[in-house]
Amino acid sequence: MKRIDIVAEARALYEDLDLQSVKRWMAGAPGRKAVGYLPVYAPKEIIHATGMLPVGVHGGGDQLEIIRGDAYYQSYICHLPRSVVELGLSGRLDCLSGMLFPSTCDVIRNLSGVWQVLKSGMYVRYLDLPQGQDLDAMVAFWASDLKILHQDLARVAGVEVDAEALRASLALYNAVRETVRALYAARRDTPERVPSEELYLLSRAGEVLPPESFMALAEAYLECVRREDVPARDNSRVVVIGAFCEQPPLGLIKTLERAGCYIVDDDFVLGNRMINHPVSLDGDPWMALSDALVRDAMKSSIFYEADPTGKKRLVKERAAAARADGVIFAAASFCDPALLDRPMLRAGADAAHVPSISFKYSENSGQFQQFREQAGTFSDAIKLWGGR
Amino acid sequence: MSKDRSMVLQKEMIGDHFDRLERAPETGQKVVYTFVPGNLTELIRSFDALPLLPEINALQSGMRQKSRGYIAEAEKLGHSEDVCTYVKCDIGMAKTGNIGPTGTRLPKPDLLLLSYTGCYTFMKWFELLREEYACPMVFLHVPYQGDGEITPEQREYMVRQLRDTVIPALEQVTGNKYNEEKFRAAIARSHRMEDDLVSVLHSAKKRPSPVDAYFGGVYYIGPIFSSFRGTAEGEAYYRALREEVEERAALGWGPETPSGRLDNQKYRLVVEGPPNWTSFNDFWKMFSDEGAVVVASSYTKVGGTYDLGFRHNPDDPLGTMADYCGGCYTNRNLPGRIDMLVDYVREYAADGFLINSVKSCNSFSAGQLLILREVEKRTGIPGGFVESDLVDPRYFSAANIKNRLESYFQMLDARRSPGAPGELHAK
Repeated sequence: MKRIDIVAEARALYEDLDLQSVKRWMAGAPGRKAVGYLPVYAPKEIIHATGMLPVGVHGGGDQLEIIRGDAYYQSYICHLPRSVVELGLSGRLDCLSGMLFPSTCDVIRNLSGVWQVLKSGMYVRYLDLPQGQDLDAMVAFWASDLKILHQDLARVAGVEVDAEALRASLALYNAVRETVRALYAARRDTPERVPSEELYLLSRAGEVLPPESFMALAEAYLECVRREDVPARDNSRVVVIGAFCEQPPLGLIKTLERAGCYIVDDDFVLGNRMINHPVSLDGDPWMALSDALVRDAMKSSIFYEADPTGKKRLVKERAAAARADGVIFAAASFCDPALLDRPMLRAGADAAHVPSISFKYSENSGQFQQFREQAGTFSDAIKLWGGR
Repeated sequence: MSKDRSMVLQKEMIGDHFDRLERAPETGQKVVYTFVPGNLTELIRSFDALPLLPEINALQSGMRQKSRGYIAEAEKLGHSEDVCTYVKCDIGMAKTGNIGPTGTRLPKPDLLLLSYTGCYTFMKWFELLREEYACPMVFLHVPYQGDGEITPEQREYMVRQLRDTVIPALEQVTGNKYNEEKFRAAIARSHRMEDDLVSVLHSAKKRPSPVDAYFGGVYYIGPIFSSFRGTAEGEAYYRALREEVEERAALGWGPETPSGRLDNQKYRLVVEGPPNWTSFNDFWKMFSDEGAVVVASSYTKVGGTYDLGFRHNPDDPLGTMADYCGGCYTNRNLPGRIDMLVDYVREYAADGFLINSVKSCNSFSAGQLLILREVEKRTGIPGGFVESDLVDPRYFSAANIKNRLESYFQMLDARRSPGAPGELHAK
């Protein structure tokens, strides 16, 4: 498969707001169902273990005209919930048999209640991800919640709860995360060969494709990357931090790279690699999945940071791991997790002498000139005066 | 505005508390910062520590016109204009000498007790304060009522954290051992305070209502939502408040308001959302000038939903803390909030339902437009919607809010006229 075809397929999936690909998958065999989830992290393994397709619902981006969604949200609330409501009220999500709302922030939490009222026939669940410092209590709590979720979803799917099926799903999603990491590693090592636009489209494809199909597509892409030689540009290497929930428009990602910044790490679609290492396949699978999230999740603004120095160290560590020259703090407007974290992260960047800039965007931002100028100036400054 | 006896008493209590806080570095009393929803005041005080609530400081700073400068200070330091103004007010205050609302210097925390109840921002707020004060922090994760209830597993999770994490942290910071008898005694006092508070809140069912359950209500909830739950002073306050309100009700008097005593109550309203603090009296006057009294509000339930039946239970001290935390208003899902507001409209025979949506608080604001529709649909009474902020005066547009309120009251009048479509009273 050629790179151009792979990217075209991923782009078509990204633009498929009507979830035609999900409907095609459902039509592939009788009784197939799909369950949606909001950002940032949802246990896709549980959905998959019931035979249903996990479907990431990441809003309408800049492709969706908001007609009804604005009537549900005030101007000082981020854009994502209004586009999700728009998708819901326009019937685009009707093929989903359930929706999961993780505890990303108060807006997504309350959106679960909005959904309970607007879609009273649908299975709707708020996922209270474990927070805190008593790790054993958190593991026990989340494992028990995963079991309840599993029972509920099995009922929706019309199957029995099956620990072996869950183990198989754990193994499969271990492989998915491995694939995602391979994509990220390829971009980190050779950003000239892996434009962030393409990586992002592949990541989004992974949110709607069955895991096996996603891995095949990603492997084919990596094969092209290995095969094709692309000259490196004199770009700065940056990490983009803060865009983990409401996603930036594709044009913004392209703009950053065109302005002279190779994105060598980011928070986009963060849930697809939230767990760092393979989930154990031994013992109780719910406990194993819970343990992995509690003890081995990536650092993120959506989780409590128990280590008092953790926030300060994070930017330095991420920049070092990605061999980045600088950091771009990009947060959706009115995004509490990202914007409340920003002063702490920025202080860490300053203390570690990691240059940074910051801006806000909305998923439907249509003008990129200001971002181009800001990122271009940042890149030039790094080249002139040095980065990390 | 003429002050009730209870208001004067409360002012003295708060003044004394802030004096004790100021002296804490000399007296050696430990100071625990915590939040209103899900506060563990009885537990904190059972260790002889003093609670300090940053939200209360922020709202008091707002009422005393100090918040604008504090917010500007925080924004200058890189805090986004988009986020909670309570947080920025608190950070700004800390950065400019930490002089509290009563003019006394606030002590640094010996412990940040983060009870994560119904508000994500709390978590970030204390992470920020930890950077500021470099002090220990302990976290109580309170699960949200996503399905409209707290399950036995969730309750056990909270009890486990209280027993294994929160109590040891308090022991370590204060040097005192957990004293369950002392804790139980405080909880028993809380129970009695809650009975008195509920009696006051329920008095709004009378006509005229002897209380305003929103603007006046924030005074009534002050001690029990903050540092005085389970204390002897708190118990005395609520006994006095109840007597005062019963006396007023017996005389057929309405509440004291910025427009004077409001006996002639033209509109009975249920209000959702926190008030604006920077123009609190002006905002209240917009209601009282029109003869509007608030008979029930959701904001007065952020620190506990006692009117729905919950009482602290001294026989199960940790379990009752878990029940309390799980039941606070913003820890309830949207369908639960809608049910509660619909019940208020009916039980308190309200003429109208109004939302004050504040920019700062997504915990309240996200979903309020749906709440408005649903309450209107289920009760048949018209809803009103105004927007402001907690403590950022830049977001209080007096003319705009007044216009909206006047239009809203005119709409209620129009529905009263003979032959008007719809019905005025709740179905």
